[in-house]
Amino acid sequence: MEKFLYIALFAPLVSSLFAALFTTTKKKTFVGIIASLLIFTAFASSSVLLAHILNNGAPIHVEMMTWMATGDLYIPFGFVVDQVSVTMMMVVTLVSTIVHIYSIGYMDHDKSFNRFFAWLSAFVFSMMILVMSDNYAGLFIGWEGVGLCSWGLIGFWFHKESATWAANEAFIMNRIADLGMLIGIFLVYWNTGTLQYDGAFEAFKTLDTATLTWIGIFLFIGAMGKSAQFPLHTWLADAMEGPTPVSALIHAATMVTAGVYLVIRSNELYDLIPHVGLFIASLGAFVALFAASMALVNRDMKRIIAYSTLSQLGYMFAAAGLGAYWVALFHLMAHAFFKALLFLGAGNVMHAMHDELDPFKMGGLKKVMKGTFIMMTLASVALAGIFPLAGFFSKDAILEAAFVEHHYIIYSVLLFTAGLTAFYSFRLVALIFHGEERYKLFGIHPHEAYKFMLVAMSPLLILAIIAGAMKGTYYEMVISVLPETEYHIHSHLVYWVMTIGTQLFVIGAVVYAYKKYADWKSVPDGSSDVEQSFMYKLLYNQYYIPYAYEEYIVKPYREISEIFWTKVDMKVVDATVDGIAGIIYGTGEKTRDMQSGNLSTMLKWMVAGTVALLSLAVVFGLAARNSDEIVAILSALGVM
Amino acid sequence: MEIGLNHYLVLSTILFAIGLVGVMKRKNLLLLFFATEILLNSVNIAFAAISHYYGDLTGQMFAFFVIAIAASEVAVGLGLLIVWFKRHGNIDLDSMTSMRG
Amino acid sequence: MFEAVAFYLFAFLTIAMFYIVVTTKQALYALTALAAGMIFISAFFFILGADFLGAIQIIVYTGAVMALYAFGMMFFDTTRDVKEKQGNKFIIVGLSTLAAILVVVIFAAPMVSENVVALYPIVEGVGNTQEVGVVLFTKYLIPFELAAVMLLVAMIAGIVLAGKKMDLSLTLMNSEEIEEAKKQKNKKVLS
Repeated sequence: MEKFLYIALFAPLVSSLFAALFTTTKKKTFVGIIASLLIFTAFASSSVLLAHILNNGAPIHVEMMTWMATGDLYIPFGFVVDQVSVTMMMVVTLVSTIVHIYSIGYMDHDKSFNRFFAWLSAFVFSMMILVMSDNYAGLFIGWEGVGLCSWGLIGFWFHKESATWAANEAFIMNRIADLGMLIGIFLVYWNTGTLQYDGAFEAFKTLDTATLTWIGIFLFIGAMGKSAQFPLHTWLADAMEGPTPVSALIHAATMVTAGVYLVIRSNELYDLIPHVGLFIASLGAFVALFAASMALVNRDMKRIIAYSTLSQLGYMFAAAGLGAYWVALFHLMAHAFFKALLFLGAGNVMHAMHDELDPFKMGGLKKVMKGTFIMMTLASVALAGIFPLAGFFSKDAILEAAFVEHHYIIYSVLLFTAGLTAFYSFRLVALIFHGEERYKLFGIHPHEAYKFMLVAMSPLLILAIIAGAMKGTYYEMVISVLPETEYHIHSHLVYWVMTIGTQLFVIGAVVYAYKKYADWKSVPDGSSDVEQSFMYKLLYNQYYIPYAYEEYIVKPYREISEIFWTKVDMKVVDATVDGIAGIIYGTGEKTRDMQSGNLSTMLKWMVAGTVALLSLAVVFGLAARNSDEIVAILSALGVM
Repeated sequence: MEIGLNHYLVLSTILFAIGLVGVMKRKNLLLLFFATEILLNSVNIAFAAISHYYGDLTGQMFAFFVIAIAASEVAVGLGLLIVWFKRHGNIDLDSMTSMRG
Repeated sequence: MFEAVAFYLFAFLTIAMFYIVVTTKQALYALTALAAGMIFISAFFFILGADFLGAIQIIVYTGAVMALYAFGMMFFDTTRDVKEKQGNKFIIVGLSTLAAILVVVIFAAPMVSENVVALYPIVEGVGNTQEVGVVLFTKYLIPFELAAVMLLVAMIAGIVLAGKKMDLSLTLMNSEEIEEAKKQKNKKVLS
């Protein structure tokens, strides 16, 4: 079994290195094909591992090599495949296989085709390290690795100013959070003496609550950055500057869920500190509502889906914070399928519309893009959580968990957000695929994507539909690692009322969205009453948070940097260095005259040198002769 | 008044200093050679005196070899000097700047 | 007493002669003063009992070296004043004095403190020349022979270097001929 573990881990690395060989050459389709095949190999190996685990096989734990061993510190390159990590591996490899294949078509006309695959495969490798590592240090490597690859992929079209800006924003935001994460890891090591999950969790039980709280908070700060939770959320929407397959893989399905994975992985820690868990859950619920509200009015297709991702991440954190780790993981998995599908569909639409992102400028695309239409509609149904698609099972479980745990505020917020989710999802679908063909005003001739891209997307579609059916099997599997918490509402009546009520609420939202937007006629120009209202402006400008960051953090920081640059760097650091160089240069300039080639001058210098050496001889001779006295004087002075 | 080794050494040093002045001051190569002869001679005095006061002939031997070296130096040096004079028409030190870096 | 008088007399004379050598503007004066200084130095050798060395000093220096210089000077225009533009005289004199004092300190200090002067008075059992001969042809035989070879080499080198184009005399040629000769010589001399 170890063999499969290594294949699953290193196939993406091989793929990345292979593609990296061709980064400077022009587009070669076989690079994409071979990369896809290698990622598929990783997927196949993961499947074998999953089968092994499903057959009640023991978790596979390997230690590839020692990484650090100094004193008490011992960190190996260790990998573990247990029920949790194999789930993540399946999600990562499956989605990335599909995205790789899809990208062959999507990036078809891009001249940096090969570079794209190098980055994408490197991302998969980092993600695999992140999920498979058996210690916090290894997790951190993967954590930084995915951050780096995310930077490279968001800024993939680096000739675009906005793309590089977004890439840097994502990277810097994540670094801020990573500092918290790093402090958390240090605290773990400081207090337990190990970074291995097993050892650390064992040691946590003996620590006092205050320490555990700090550890939990700092680790969660890292998770907040990676999963773009408030207040570090701004980067995710801007990250949509990257190619759409990247958004599908990194900013919907895998990397942003790393934070959730961290919380799930550290479940034994968060079980000991329920107050931090409650904070996580509250923040998650808040972000769910907060992000969904921004998605309501946005006019950028990809940003709407990004906010939706943010909102769903909030759901996951709400579940994880409440102790329903398996529910969080299940929602993570289901979400990965339908959100990746949604993004890939959006990619098709973008291609068809020549990179136009405003859904108000589309409309009526269902005639031209039948396949994409069906896929995106079904993905939206799944996202909205309508029976019997995947979203229903996972989201319903979160709502139940909140209800059963008696956190009614969180429950009602999440319920309300479910309605908003349904609304904005179908607002998008209605605007893109139904109604008048507004794109004709802009002289665009849409076309359906390549057939193989649609075929590649189909596994996601199937999973988005049937993933709910796997809930039972999945539950059986993960409870051996995660806390066994069944959420059953005791009264059947309450259960049915709740479920049917939620469904009706959601379907009502869908219908309302259709009614409002399916027959949209014109492209809004910002003059209507709604667009003039305060709420609309607030939501459209993302609560003015990016503006506030720019105004109150970035600008003062820039001013401070300016001061440090001109005052400290230029006048102290540079001046010191320049001074040394100047002294040396000046000395050289002055003493250059020695080398005039004039023999007379040389003779004078020779004599001067002789005098200097003779003086030294005298001084040292005297010193050696009187060494005892010198020592006596020095010791009397207290020097020696 | 007994004349000791130090007297000779001081004399030798004074002559050496005069020689050094000559070496640094003279711009004419021939006169520079004269100054080097002074240097060699001052050292010879020191050797002879040390030899005398130590009762060891080694000092005299060294003085002897110094004289031999001085003679060869004059022979070769004058030859070179003549060649230089034939090429450039002068034996001025300041004109010899071909060793400039 | 006689020794002291002789020492101070010759010391004064030598210093005076050598001072003239390094200060005079006339090359001929310098040459003459140098020859005189050499002879006066030989007097010290006689006082010190190094008779052979004194004789050698007179023969080799005054006889051979100075004669060589005198002949060499025939090539140059010796009637002309030696032009000397000096930078800082203080530096030259100061450096020389400093060097001299340091040398004295180095050599004299240990000898004074250990009072070696009285410890080994020279005892003249045999003549100095005989002594020198014995030492020179036993202990210093190889250096002696090497010195002989070196002198031979120097002699040949001197002849070869100075002997080229002996037929040309710059002092007897007019300036045009000199220019002409220069052009040719630049190609041929030392070739």
